[in-house]
Amino acid sequence: MTIQRFNWQIWTGFLLTLAAGFSYPLVFVRWPITRGFPWANLLLFGIAAALLLVGVRRAFAPERRRRSKIAASILATLSVAMIGVFIFAAFIMSRWLPASEGAPQIAQRAPDFTLADTSGRMVSLSELLSTPIKGTAPKGVLLIFYRGYW
Amino acid sequence: MDSPEQSRDLSAKAGYTFTFLSDPKAEAIRRYDLVHAGAGDKGQDIARPAEFLLDSSGTVRWVNLTENYWMRPRPEQILEAAQALR
Repeated sequence: MTIQRFNWQIWTGFLLTLAAGFSYPLVFVRWPITRGFPWANLLLFGIAAALLLVGVRRAFAPERRRRSKIAASILATLSVAMIGVFIFAAFIMSRWLPASEGAPQIAQRAPDFTLADTSGRMVSLSELLSTPIKGTAPKGVLLIFYRGYW
Repeated sequence: MDSPEQSRDLSAKAGYTFTFLSDPKAEAIRRYDLVHAGAGDKGQDIARPAEFLLDSSGTVRWVNLTENYWMRPRPEQILEAAQALR
């Protein structure tokens, strides 16, 4: 029996796939440049995929043991699944949004509303539009609707 | 959809000084046709991301309804639109 060298490519590829996936919510989501289009994660996935490919080919060389082939198959399958989930979340699921055809459009009046601020005080849009800031009338109001849970 | 308390924690943590309003019953969200039904973490209705820049008369001058909620406008884009307001 020959001593087989450790198939580092498959393991590094697998660990890099995990790192590429989890680094989006943990790290890259913090900066606009890496948050919108997740190019940093896709780049890491690309490197991981190349390592996995080399690792799988190495594992399936005739002299490698069966155990090596099974391990490589499992790690490669898990990695492909992880990459698939990420791509699905970033480019497919994230586009499942309502049409919002009734949303106010350019040149239309924004409907008024009254809602509680963080101290529970009721604030209306018309109030925000007319309340002076540092003694000058506001130039306008920026309304940001967001999904919450930040 | 966050409560006033959640918004208070968020704005305090991030150091924001602008007004945070809570819309737990999705009143304004519905009026603006921005309800994303069942998309909350517990399946509740939440707002889809949207940004509106209004002039002092309350008229929309710039709007962004993203097609992909991972993609949000950059601060520079909004500042540029705001600078066009008289």
